[in-house]
Amino acid sequence: MMQDSLIDYTLHLADNSLIMGHRLSEWTGHGPILEQDIAISNIALDLIGQSRNFYQYAAQLKGGVTEDDLAYLRDATEFKNMLLAELPNGDWAKTILKLFFFSTYQYYLYQKLIGSTDTQLSAIAEKSLKEVTYHLRWSSEWVIRLGDGTEESKKRIEKALEELWDYTGEMFLPSEYESECAKNKIGVDLGFLKEDWMNKVIQIFAEATLPSPKGEPVPTLREGQGVRLNGKEGKHTEHLQEILNDMQYLQRTYPGCEW
Amino acid sequence: MVVDNKISVGEIWQILEKITDPEIPILSIVDLGIVRDVKISPSLLVEKGQGVEVFITSTYSGCPAMDMISMNIKMELLQHGFTNIKITQQLSPAWTTDWMTERGKEKLQQYGIAPPVGKVMDQQFLDDLKVECPQCHSKNTKLLSEFGSTACKALFQCQDCKEPFDYFKCH
Ligand SMILES: [Zn+2]
Repeated sequence: MMQDSLIDYTLHLADNSLIMGHRLSEWTGHGPILEQDIAISNIALDLIGQSRNFYQYAAQLKGGVTEDDLAYLRDATEFKNMLLAELPNGDWAKTILKLFFFSTYQYYLYQKLIGSTDTQLSAIAEKSLKEVTYHLRWSSEWVIRLGDGTEESKKRIEKALEELWDYTGEMFLPSEYESECAKNKIGVDLGFLKEDWMNKVIQIFAEATLPSPKGEPVPTLREGQGVRLNGKEGKHTEHLQEILNDMQYLQRTYPGCEW
Repeated sequence: MVVDNKISVGEIWQILEKITDPEIPILSIVDLGIVRDVKISPSLLVEKGQGVEVFITSTYSGCPAMDMISMNIKMELLQHGFTNIKITQQLSPAWTTDWMTERGKEKLQQYGIAPPVGKVMDQQFLDDLKVECPQCHSKNTKLLSEFGSTACKALFQCQDCKEPFDYFKCH
Protein backbone atom coordinates (compact mmCIF):
# COMPACT_ATOMS: atom_id res chain seq x y z
CA MET A 1 0.00 0.00 0.00
CA MET A 2 2.71 2.43 1.03
CA GLN A 3 4.78 1.39 -1.99
CA ASP A 4 1.84 2.25 -4.29
CA SER A 5 1.49 5.64 -2.65
CA LEU A 6 5.20 6.32 -3.04
CA ILE A 7 5.02 5.47 -6.75
CA ASP A 8 1.95 7.69 -7.23
CA TYR A 9 3.58 10.51 -5.28
CA THR A 10 6.77 10.30 -7.34
CA LEU A 11 4.72 10.28 -10.55
CA HIS A 12 2.74 13.28 -9.34
CA LEU A 13 5.96 15.24 -8.79
CA ALA A 14 7.29 14.09 -12.16
CA ASP A 15 4.10 14.94 -14.04
CA ASN A 16 3.94 18.41 -12.51
CA SER A 17 7.41 19.24 -13.77
CA LEU A 18 7.02 17.58 -17.16
CA ILE A 19 3.70 19.18 -18.05
CA MET A 20 4.74 22.61 -16.80
CA GLY A 21 8.07 22.27 -18.62
CA HIS A 22 6.36 21.19 -21.81
CA ARG A 23 3.98 24.14 -21.67
CA LEU A 24 6.85 26.59 -21.14
CA SER A 25 8.78 25.07 -24.02
CA GLU A 26 5.98 26.24 -26.32
CA TRP A 27 7.48 29.71 -25.91
CA THR A 28 10.80 28.63 -27.43
CA GLY A 29 11.25 30.69 -30.55
CA HIS A 30 8.26 32.86 -29.66
CA GLY A 31 9.51 34.82 -26.62
CA PRO A 32 8.90 38.59 -26.60
CA ILE A 33 12.65 39.28 -26.78
CA LEU A 34 15.62 37.00 -27.26
CA GLU A 35 16.86 37.08 -23.64
CA GLN A 36 13.46 36.14 -22.29
CA ASP A 37 12.99 33.47 -24.92
CA ILE A 38 16.26 31.95 -23.73
CA ALA A 39 15.29 32.35 -20.07
CA ILE A 40 11.95 30.61 -20.39
CA SER A 41 13.47 27.84 -22.51
CA ASN A 42 16.10 27.27 -19.83
CA ILE A 43 13.42 27.05 -17.15
CA ALA A 44 11.53 24.55 -19.29
CA LEU A 45 14.69 22.50 -19.62
CA ASP A 46 15.30 22.54 -15.86
CA LEU A 47 11.75 21.29 -15.26
CA ILE A 48 11.95 18.53 -17.84
CA GLY A 49 15.28 17.50 -16.31
CA GLN A 50 13.69 17.34 -12.87
CA SER A 51 10.85 15.24 -14.20
CA ARG A 52 13.38 12.82 -15.67
CA ASN A 53 14.93 12.28 -12.28
CA PHE A 54 11.52 11.56 -10.78
CA TYR A 55 10.48 9.27 -13.66
CA GLN A 56 13.69 7.29 -13.40
CA TYR A 57 13.02 6.74 -9.74
CA ALA A 58 9.36 5.84 -10.34
CA ALA A 59 10.43 3.35 -13.03
CA GLN A 60 12.85 1.77 -10.60
CA LEU A 61 10.15 1.51 -7.93
CA LYS A 62 7.62 0.02 -10.33
CA GLY A 63 10.02 -2.31 -12.08
CA GLY A 64 9.61 -3.50 -15.65
CA VAL A 65 9.08 -0.03 -17.12
CA THR A 66 11.40 2.74 -18.27
CA GLU A 67 11.26 6.49 -17.70
CA ASP A 68 10.16 6.84 -21.33
CA ASP A 69 7.23 4.46 -20.85
CA LEU A 70 6.05 6.62 -17.99
CA ALA A 71 6.35 9.89 -19.87
CA TYR A 72 5.23 8.78 -23.30
CA LEU A 73 2.90 5.84 -22.92
CA ARG A 74 0.53 6.73 -20.12
CA ASP A 75 -2.94 8.06 -20.86
CA ALA A 76 -4.28 11.38 -19.63
CA THR A 77 -6.26 9.73 -16.83
CA GLU A 78 -3.02 8.26 -15.46
CA PHE A 79 -1.32 11.65 -15.26
CA LYS A 80 -1.28 13.19 -11.79
CA ASN A 81 -0.18 16.77 -12.43
CA MET A 82 -2.05 19.74 -11.02
CA LEU A 83 -4.47 21.41 -13.41
CA LEU A 84 -2.54 24.66 -13.15
CA ALA A 85 0.38 23.09 -15.02
CA GLU A 86 -1.67 21.96 -18.01
CA LEU A 87 -3.58 25.21 -18.62
CA PRO A 88 -2.70 26.92 -21.90
CA ASN A 89 -0.03 29.62 -21.66
CA GLY A 90 -2.27 32.47 -22.80
CA ASP A 91 -0.35 35.73 -23.16
CA TRP A 92 2.98 36.54 -21.53
CA ALA A 93 1.31 37.85 -18.36
CA LYS A 94 -0.67 34.65 -17.86
CA THR A 95 2.39 32.48 -18.48
CA ILE A 96 4.39 34.52 -15.98
CA LEU A 97 1.75 34.43 -13.27
CA LYS A 98 1.23 30.71 -13.77
CA LEU A 99 4.95 30.12 -13.44
CA PHE A 100 5.16 32.39 -10.41
CA PHE A 101 2.41 30.45 -8.57
CA PHE A 102 3.98 27.17 -9.62
CA SER A 103 7.58 28.12 -8.73
CA THR A 104 6.55 29.48 -5.34
CA TYR A 105 4.84 26.16 -4.69
CA GLN A 106 7.83 24.10 -5.82
CA TYR A 107 10.20 26.31 -3.84
CA TYR A 108 8.53 25.63 -0.50
CA LEU A 109 7.68 22.04 -1.39
CA TYR A 110 11.26 21.10 -2.24
CA GLN A 111 12.60 22.89 0.84
CA LYS A 112 10.52 20.49 2.91
CA LEU A 113 11.01 17.46 0.67
CA ILE A 114 14.76 17.63 1.36
CA GLY A 115 13.83 16.34 4.81
CA SER A 116 12.08 13.28 3.36
CA THR A 117 13.04 9.92 4.84
CA ASP A 118 13.20 8.69 1.26
CA THR A 119 16.79 9.46 0.28
CA GLN A 120 16.12 9.53 -3.46
CA LEU A 121 13.26 12.04 -3.20
CA SER A 122 15.40 14.09 -0.84
CA ALA A 123 18.30 14.10 -3.32
CA ILE A 124 16.11 15.17 -6.25
CA ALA A 125 14.58 17.92 -4.12
CA GLU A 126 18.01 19.19 -3.09
CA LYS A 127 19.14 19.39 -6.70
CA SER A 128 15.89 20.90 -7.99
CA LEU A 129 15.63 23.54 -5.28
CA LYS A 130 18.73 25.33 -6.57
CA GLU A 131 17.11 25.66 -9.97
CA VAL A 132 13.68 26.61 -8.68
CA THR A 133 15.25 29.41 -6.65
CA TYR A 134 16.16 31.05 -9.96
CA HIS A 135 12.73 30.34 -11.48
CA LEU A 136 11.03 31.97 -8.54
CA ARG A 137 13.26 35.01 -8.67
CA TRP A 138 12.83 35.42 -12.40
CA SER A 139 9.04 35.05 -12.37
CA SER A 140 8.71 37.33 -9.30
CA GLU A 141 10.60 40.07 -11.10
CA TRP A 142 8.30 39.74 -14.07
CA VAL A 143 5.17 39.89 -11.92
CA ILE A 144 6.53 43.12 -10.43
CA ARG A 145 7.48 44.51 -13.85
CA LEU A 146 4.05 43.79 -15.31
CA GLY A 147 2.03 44.85 -12.27
CA ASP A 148 3.98 48.05 -11.79
CA GLY A 149 4.48 48.67 -15.50
CA THR A 150 2.09 50.21 -17.98
CA GLU A 151 -1.66 50.38 -17.83
CA GLU A 152 -1.82 47.62 -20.41
CA SER A 153 0.57 45.28 -18.57
CA LYS A 154 -1.29 45.80 -15.31
CA LYS A 155 -4.60 45.07 -16.99
CA ARG A 156 -3.22 41.87 -18.41
CA ILE A 157 -1.77 40.51 -15.20
CA GLU A 158 -4.98 41.33 -13.35
CA LYS A 159 -6.91 39.41 -15.97
CA ALA A 160 -4.46 36.51 -15.59
CA LEU A 161 -5.06 36.53 -11.85
CA GLU A 162 -8.80 36.28 -12.40
CA GLU A 163 -8.35 33.30 -14.68
CA LEU A 164 -5.80 31.44 -12.57
CA TRP A 165 -6.77 32.00 -8.96
CA ASP A 166 -9.36 29.23 -8.90
CA TYR A 167 -6.69 26.73 -9.80
CA THR A 168 -4.38 27.55 -6.89
CA GLY A 169 -6.44 25.77 -4.25
CA GLU A 170 -5.69 22.39 -5.74
CA MET A 171 -2.04 22.74 -4.70
CA PHE A 172 -2.96 22.50 -1.05
CA LEU A 173 -5.66 19.87 -1.30
CA PRO A 174 -3.88 16.58 -0.65
CA SER A 175 -4.75 13.48 -2.61
CA GLU A 176 -4.78 10.15 -0.82
CA TYR A 177 -1.23 9.28 -1.84
CA GLU A 178 0.05 12.66 -0.68
CA SER A 179 -1.56 12.22 2.73
CA GLU A 180 -0.22 8.71 3.00
CA CYS A 181 3.31 9.82 2.11
CA ALA A 182 3.14 12.82 4.44
CA LYS A 183 2.02 10.57 7.28
CA ASN A 184 5.03 8.35 6.70
CA LYS A 185 7.45 11.33 6.56
CA ILE A 186 8.21 10.56 2.92
CA GLY A 187 6.16 13.38 1.47
CA VAL A 188 5.35 16.93 2.47
CA ASP A 189 2.36 17.92 4.56
CA LEU A 190 0.67 20.44 2.25
CA GLY A 191 -0.99 22.15 5.21
CA PHE A 192 2.42 23.55 6.13
CA LEU A 193 3.00 25.01 2.70
CA LYS A 194 -0.02 27.20 2.32
CA GLU A 195 1.02 29.96 4.70
CA ASP A 196 4.51 30.34 3.19
CA TRP A 197 3.05 30.29 -0.30
CA MET A 198 0.42 32.89 0.54
CA ASN A 199 2.93 35.19 2.25
CA LYS A 200 5.20 35.12 -0.77
CA VAL A 201 2.30 35.92 -3.11
CA ILE A 202 1.17 38.82 -0.93
CA GLN A 203 4.74 40.18 -0.70
CA ILE A 204 5.36 40.09 -4.45
CA PHE A 205 1.90 41.45 -5.27
CA ALA A 206 2.53 44.38 -2.92
CA GLU A 207 5.79 45.13 -4.72
CA ALA A 208 3.92 44.86 -7.99
CA THR A 209 1.31 47.33 -6.71
CA LEU A 210 -1.33 44.67 -7.33
CA PRO A 211 -4.18 44.17 -4.88
CA SER A 212 -3.76 41.06 -2.72
CA PRO A 213 -5.75 38.11 -3.99
CA LYS A 214 -9.14 37.91 -2.37
CA GLY A 215 -8.94 35.39 0.41
CA GLU A 216 -7.06 32.15 0.58
CA PRO A 217 -6.43 29.87 -2.35
CA VAL A 218 -9.76 28.13 -2.60
CA PRO A 219 -9.63 24.37 -2.83
CA THR A 220 -12.70 24.25 -5.01
CA LEU A 221 -12.69 21.68 -7.72
CA ARG A 222 -13.94 22.96 -10.99
CA GLU A 223 -17.03 21.45 -12.44
CA GLY A 224 -16.44 20.21 -15.93
CA GLN A 225 -19.25 18.52 -17.80
CA GLY A 226 -20.58 16.85 -14.69
CA VAL A 227 -17.17 15.53 -13.68
CA ARG A 228 -15.31 17.03 -10.77
CA LEU A 229 -11.90 17.93 -12.10
CA ASN A 230 -8.89 17.07 -10.01
CA GLY A 231 -5.55 16.72 -11.75
CA LYS A 232 -3.86 14.85 -8.94
CA GLU A 233 -6.40 12.08 -9.33
CA GLY A 234 -6.26 11.99 -13.10
CA LYS A 235 -9.38 14.07 -13.77
CA HIS A 236 -8.03 16.63 -16.19
CA THR A 237 -9.17 19.43 -18.43
CA GLU A 238 -9.17 18.75 -22.16
CA HIS A 239 -5.92 20.72 -22.33
CA LEU A 240 -3.87 17.82 -21.00
CA GLN A 241 -4.98 15.60 -23.84
CA GLU A 242 -3.89 18.30 -26.28
CA ILE A 243 -0.42 18.30 -24.73
CA LEU A 244 -0.18 14.52 -24.80
CA ASN A 245 -1.28 14.33 -28.42
CA ASP A 246 1.64 16.52 -29.28
CA MET A 247 4.19 15.12 -26.82
CA GLN A 248 3.47 11.42 -27.19
CA TYR A 249 2.82 11.33 -30.92
CA LEU A 250 6.27 10.11 -31.93
CA GLN A 251 6.62 7.35 -29.34
CA ARG A 252 3.13 6.06 -29.97
CA THR A 253 3.51 6.09 -33.74
CA TYR A 254 7.04 4.68 -33.78
CA PRO A 255 7.39 2.71 -30.55
CA GLY A 256 10.92 2.65 -29.14
CA CYS A 257 12.14 5.26 -31.60
CA GLU A 258 15.33 7.07 -30.50
CA TRP A 259 17.17 10.21 -31.59
CA MET B 1 47.11 0.78 -25.26
CA VAL B 2 46.63 -2.03 -22.85
CA VAL B 3 46.15 -1.57 -19.18
CA ASP B 4 48.09 -3.72 -16.81
CA ASN B 5 46.36 -4.63 -13.65
CA LYS B 6 48.18 -2.01 -11.65
CA ILE B 7 46.75 1.14 -13.14
CA SER B 8 46.06 3.57 -10.34
CA VAL B 9 42.99 5.62 -9.68
CA GLY B 10 45.20 8.68 -10.20
CA GLU B 11 45.93 7.61 -13.75
CA ILE B 12 42.24 7.22 -14.47
CA TRP B 13 41.67 10.78 -13.26
CA GLN B 14 44.34 11.87 -15.74
CA ILE B 15 42.49 10.10 -18.53
CA LEU B 16 39.25 11.79 -17.52
CA GLU B 17 40.92 15.20 -17.66
CA LYS B 18 41.06 14.83 -21.42
CA ILE B 19 37.28 14.77 -21.66
CA THR B 20 35.71 18.17 -22.08
CA ASP B 21 32.27 19.62 -21.59
CA PRO B 22 30.63 19.68 -25.04
CA GLU B 23 29.19 23.13 -24.36
CA ILE B 24 32.36 24.68 -22.90
CA PRO B 25 35.07 22.75 -24.71
CA ILE B 26 37.99 24.38 -22.90
CA LEU B 27 36.84 22.94 -19.57
CA SER B 28 37.48 19.33 -18.67
CA ILE B 29 34.84 17.46 -16.76
CA VAL B 30 37.33 17.23 -13.89
CA ASP B 31 37.80 21.02 -13.84
CA LEU B 32 34.04 21.43 -13.82
CA GLY B 33 33.67 19.16 -10.83
CA ILE B 34 31.34 16.77 -12.63
CA VAL B 35 33.47 13.72 -11.80
CA ARG B 36 32.88 12.96 -8.16
CA ASP B 37 34.69 9.69 -7.67
CA VAL B 38 36.56 6.94 -9.45
CA LYS B 39 36.72 3.40 -8.21
CA ILE B 40 38.48 0.35 -9.52
CA SER B 41 35.96 -2.31 -8.67
CA PRO B 42 37.03 -5.90 -8.15
CA SER B 43 33.42 -6.85 -8.83
CA LEU B 44 33.72 -5.40 -12.31
CA LEU B 45 36.83 -7.43 -13.16
CA VAL B 46 36.65 -9.31 -16.43
CA GLU B 47 39.13 -11.55 -18.23
CA LYS B 48 41.16 -8.75 -19.73
CA GLY B 49 41.47 -5.30 -18.32
CA GLN B 50 39.95 -3.91 -15.22
CA GLY B 51 36.52 -2.75 -14.28
CA VAL B 52 36.14 0.85 -13.36
CA GLU B 53 33.25 2.81 -11.95
CA VAL B 54 33.02 6.56 -12.51
CA PHE B 55 30.61 8.65 -10.45
CA ILE B 56 29.35 11.80 -12.12
CA THR B 57 26.83 14.47 -11.23
CA SER B 58 25.09 16.84 -13.61
CA THR B 59 25.41 20.59 -13.27
CA TYR B 60 21.68 21.21 -13.87
CA SER B 61 18.89 18.61 -13.92
CA GLY B 62 18.10 19.30 -17.54
CA CYS B 63 21.68 19.54 -18.75
CA PRO B 64 21.52 17.97 -22.21
CA ALA B 65 25.28 17.37 -22.20
CA MET B 66 25.22 14.64 -19.57
CA ASP B 67 24.39 11.74 -21.86
CA MET B 68 27.13 12.80 -24.23
CA ILE B 69 29.60 13.17 -21.37
CA SER B 70 28.77 9.66 -20.14
CA MET B 71 29.36 8.30 -23.61
CA ASN B 72 32.64 10.16 -23.98
CA ILE B 73 33.88 8.77 -20.67
CA LYS B 74 33.09 5.28 -21.88
CA MET B 75 34.81 5.82 -25.21
CA GLU B 76 37.94 7.27 -23.65
CA LEU B 77 38.26 4.48 -21.08
CA LEU B 78 37.60 1.84 -23.71
CA GLN B 79 40.47 3.25 -25.73
CA HIS B 80 42.66 2.85 -22.69
CA GLY B 81 41.87 -0.82 -22.46
CA PHE B 82 39.07 -0.82 -19.94
CA THR B 83 36.37 -3.19 -20.97
CA ASN B 84 34.00 -3.07 -18.07
CA ILE B 85 32.94 0.49 -17.38
CA LYS B 86 30.14 1.59 -15.17
CA ILE B 87 28.96 5.19 -15.05
CA THR B 88 26.88 6.05 -12.04
CA GLN B 89 24.95 9.30 -11.98
CA GLN B 90 24.81 10.80 -8.54
CA LEU B 91 22.21 13.36 -7.48
CA SER B 92 23.29 14.12 -3.95
CA PRO B 93 25.14 16.14 -2.88
CA ALA B 94 23.94 18.48 -5.62
CA TRP B 95 26.60 19.93 -7.89
CA THR B 96 27.92 23.33 -6.91
CA THR B 97 30.26 25.78 -8.63
CA ASP B 98 32.44 25.45 -5.52
CA TRP B 99 33.65 22.20 -7.05
CA MET B 100 35.11 23.96 -10.05
CA THR B 101 38.90 23.96 -9.86
CA GLU B 102 40.93 27.19 -9.76
CA ARG B 103 42.54 26.10 -13.00
CA GLY B 104 39.06 25.70 -14.47
CA LYS B 105 38.12 29.24 -13.42
CA GLU B 106 41.26 30.63 -15.07
CA LYS B 107 40.49 28.77 -18.28
CA LEU B 108 36.95 30.16 -18.31
CA GLN B 109 38.25 33.71 -17.91
CA GLN B 110 40.67 33.25 -20.82
CA TYR B 111 37.87 31.80 -22.91
CA GLY B 112 35.76 34.94 -22.38
CA ILE B 113 33.32 33.61 -19.78
CA ALA B 114 33.39 35.27 -16.37
CA PRO B 115 33.93 32.57 -13.72
CA PRO B 116 31.61 32.29 -10.71
CA VAL B 117 32.31 34.87 -8.05
CA GLY B 118 32.42 33.83 -4.42
CA LYS B 119 31.10 30.66 -2.93
CA VAL B 120 27.77 28.93 -3.35
CA MET B 121 24.49 30.59 -4.22
CA ASP B 122 23.26 31.96 -0.94
CA GLN B 123 20.64 34.64 -0.56
CA GLN B 124 22.91 37.04 -2.35
CA PHE B 125 21.49 37.67 -5.73
CA LEU B 126 23.14 38.16 -9.05
CA ASP B 127 22.78 41.90 -9.38
CA ASP B 128 24.62 42.56 -6.13
CA LEU B 129 27.64 40.82 -7.55
CA LYS B 130 30.71 42.51 -8.91
CA VAL B 131 31.38 40.42 -11.98
CA GLU B 132 34.57 41.21 -13.81
CA CYS B 133 34.48 41.70 -17.58
CA PRO B 134 36.58 38.91 -19.09
CA GLN B 135 37.64 41.24 -21.92
CA CYS B 136 38.84 44.44 -20.24
CA HIS B 137 38.67 43.40 -16.55
CA SER B 138 36.40 46.28 -15.63
CA LYS B 139 34.07 45.61 -12.71
CA ASN B 140 31.60 48.13 -14.03
CA THR B 141 29.26 45.51 -15.48
CA LYS B 142 25.54 44.87 -15.36
CA LEU B 143 23.23 41.90 -15.51
CA LEU B 144 21.20 41.69 -18.72
CA SER B 145 19.47 38.38 -18.12
CA GLU B 146 19.95 35.74 -15.49
CA PHE B 147 19.68 33.03 -18.10
CA GLY B 148 22.41 32.99 -20.72
CA SER B 149 23.24 30.74 -23.64
CA THR B 150 22.93 27.67 -21.39
CA ALA B 151 21.23 27.03 -18.06
CA CYS B 152 24.48 27.42 -16.16
CA LYS B 153 25.21 30.92 -17.42
CA ALA B 154 23.82 34.44 -17.06
CA LEU B 155 24.20 37.26 -19.56
CA PHE B 156 26.11 40.38 -18.51
CA GLN B 157 27.30 43.48 -20.29
CA CYS B 158 30.42 45.50 -19.62
CA GLN B 159 29.61 49.19 -19.12
CA ASP B 160 33.14 50.23 -20.14
CA CYS B 161 33.99 48.21 -23.24
CA LYS B 162 30.26 47.58 -23.95
CA GLU B 163 30.94 43.93 -24.71
CA PRO B 164 28.21 41.49 -23.63
CA PHE B 165 29.56 38.32 -21.99
CA ASP B 166 28.49 35.10 -20.32
CA TYR B 167 28.88 34.71 -16.58
CA PHE B 168 29.06 31.23 -15.10
CA LYS B 169 26.50 31.50 -12.30
CA CYS B 170 27.18 30.50 -8.73
CA HIS B 171 25.10 27.50 -8.03
ZN1 LIG C 1 34.83 45.21 -20.59
